[in-house]
Amino acid sequence: MRMLVAWYPDWPVLAAGCLPTSPAAVVRANRVVAATAAARADGVRPGLRRREAQGRCPELEVVTADSGRDVRAWEPAVVAIESLTPAIEVLAPGALALATRGPSRYFGGDEALAGLVAEAVDVAVGQPGCRVGVADGRFTAGLAARVAAASGGNPAVVVPPGASRAWLAPRAVSALGARFEDLSDLLMRLGVRTLGDLAALPAPSVLGRFGPEGAEAHRLARGQDGRALAARTPPPELAVTAELDPPAERVDIAAFVAKALADELHEQLAALGLACTMVAIEAETEHGEQLVRRWRHEGSLTSAALSERARWQLDGWLAGDGRPSGGLTLLRLTPEEVRPDDGRQLGFWGSAAAADSRASRALARVQGMLGPEAVVTAVRVGGRDPGQQIRLVPWGDDRTVGRDPRHRGAEVAPWPGRLATPSPAVVYPAPLPAEVRDAQQRPVTVSGRGVLNAVPMAVSMAGGRWLEVTAWAGPWPVEERWWDAGGRRKARLQVLLEDATAHLLARQRGRWRVEASYE
Amino acid sequence: MEDVASLSLTAARSRPLATADTRLLAIPGLPAGCFPEGGIRRGSTLRISLMPGGMSLALTLAAAATSDGAWAAAVGLPSLGLLAAVELGVRLERLALVPAPGERWAAVVAALLDGMDVLLLGPPGRVRLADARRLVARTREQATVLVVLESPGSRCWPEATDLELSVAGATWEGLGMGHGYLRSRLVEVVVTGRRAAARERRTAMWLPDAESAPAPVVPAPLVAGADLRLEAITAARVG
Repeated sequence: MRMLVAWYPDWPVLAAGCLPTSPAAVVRANRVVAATAAARADGVRPGLRRREAQGRCPELEVVTADSGRDVRAWEPAVVAIESLTPAIEVLAPGALALATRGPSRYFGGDEALAGLVAEAVDVAVGQPGCRVGVADGRFTAGLAARVAAASGGNPAVVVPPGASRAWLAPRAVSALGARFEDLSDLLMRLGVRTLGDLAALPAPSVLGRFGPEGAEAHRLARGQDGRALAARTPPPELAVTAELDPPAERVDIAAFVAKALADELHEQLAALGLACTMVAIEAETEHGEQLVRRWRHEGSLTSAALSERARWQLDGWLAGDGRPSGGLTLLRLTPEEVRPDDGRQLGFWGSAAAADSRASRALARVQGMLGPEAVVTAVRVGGRDPGQQIRLVPWGDDRTVGRDPRHRGAEVAPWPGRLATPSPAVVYPAPLPAEVRDAQQRPVTVSGRGVLNAVPMAVSMAGGRWLEVTAWAGPWPVEERWWDAGGRRKARLQVLLEDATAHLLARQRGRWRVEASYE
Repeated sequence: MEDVASLSLTAARSRPLATADTRLLAIPGLPAGCFPEGGIRRGSTLRISLMPGGMSLALTLAAAATSDGAWAAAVGLPSLGLLAAVELGVRLERLALVPAPGERWAAVVAALLDGMDVLLLGPPGRVRLADARRLVARTREQATVLVVLESPGSRCWPEATDLELSVAGATWEGLGMGHGYLRSRLVEVVVTGRRAAARERRTAMWLPDAESAPAPVVPAPLVAGADLRLEAITAARVG
């Protein structure tokens, strides 16, 4: 998907009202998190201690970090872009993304749109300096915006469609960003210095050696947006809502409710094995105003990250300039995009999560050896035969693919014709041929009405010796999909043989087969 | 009397947690009397002979691991009845399957031993002694439980294992001559092995038990009543 990313370098210092020409730095927990261009010229870098920064640049103005202030100052820019296109995702204070397909066509191309966005943001913020990148995918567009910032002159860099991989190839692997810091460090030491080098490696080897994280980095390096693979739109009932009565006028009251909502949402998603990558924060006021803002996160949003974003956004709405006319009466968090949770986050004591990561490493290694389809996991689905009720999906794929969450529980819903439990412990992938005969050694058949012509007395499986039937029941006919060509009719029979083994036989198209054994 | 009770409670509470070297894999599905130590020592190798009941026994072991938040894998077992696995208590999202490991099955097993708690293996044929020894050493090192499934008498696995499990005297209930359905099976689990397990242990149990057909069937831990049921059945058969 073609994306535009608008990004403001050193946003926290700008949000604090410092001019780029005067040396200033924003400090959190005694460490510099952002500095103006003038301060950087004197050697002030993010990560420095405050004392050290002041030592390098004595006239440095030091401001304490405040995420609420960052969001409040960014809100006018978001509102300004919203008048150009409605579907905006806020990535962080000072960065937003939008899909360019519609707006580009309307405003006359990617370059025109990029210029328009940069100008609109600069005007809304009251400071020049917004940088814009347009490319296929969010990652490449974000990198393009950063390149535009580094180049100085042109505020926008547009990567032509389909050229992402070639454009990314000469960039250093550290461009993957802070999320892949450990990985890019390791890649550098292994001699994989550019994204082009990484993209040139075969995908199964990268997955086998570096796990899902490596695979994601590899996809990014190839210019394939990482999110497109497993992300999907979740069903609407996952949204969590809280009514505020009396209406909340103050940020802290609304944020307190939002925190409970965030915890609830996170718990719900975790129960389904999902992680949220984009959340919509919605609010309604007593005068019927509707406020919506989408927040995206590159990894997955933890419950703390969710509630933090909700608090920032409420701060932006309630404490900013464009404050709504009444108090908030309703808060809703909607997961807009979810993906299967890799379980990257470690539990408090580590043990279970450590076992999980150990297991997924081992499985990724086997997938590297044999190919991704060789390792599978089973999902229970609805069906009549023991084999039908299980579907195998490659390990690491979405376990819920093709399964509508509204039909949750279809696997345990009554399926007429399903066999009673217990189920057979051995289900043959290819049923074995079998012969069944009666006391007169004539073959036993099933009539069109589902009736046996004689009592089964002996069974021979896969050409083996004849074994006497000590107990049997059936036939249980099943007729499926009779309305189309894929339809089938068969009759099933449970038999217990003289060697105390029990089997499930089925007669289909005039032939007996052993479908399963009750081992 | 109360003092004694509270004292024993305090003792139970203050007992140290299981440490790494004493870790046993408890098998809630099987009666504790099956094993000399009450469970399977992690790092040991088991052999289960298939036919009849071996696969259910193996799935019960996998269920013990997966229900506890651990992981299990099945290698070279394309005909594993996964629905039965669910009924026996296996959590499918924690069971990885490699149905066709191909020529490099030994490397696959070695890789999986690093991450899994229980590994069910259907050897593709006769296993070379060197491979078997390497895998046994890896199993011990990684504190995994390696379960080798083979048909009785095939001796695919060239070495003696720590424990050997088999099922003797399986009796199905519920199926008549032309009526009923397979409902439950009474089996006798035979456990032999090396060292502490050298003495043969025979334990009767239901595998699977049947309470009500639509409910998921769990392997019944042998409750006090089961012995009575066993006697009742024997009496009925004699009668």
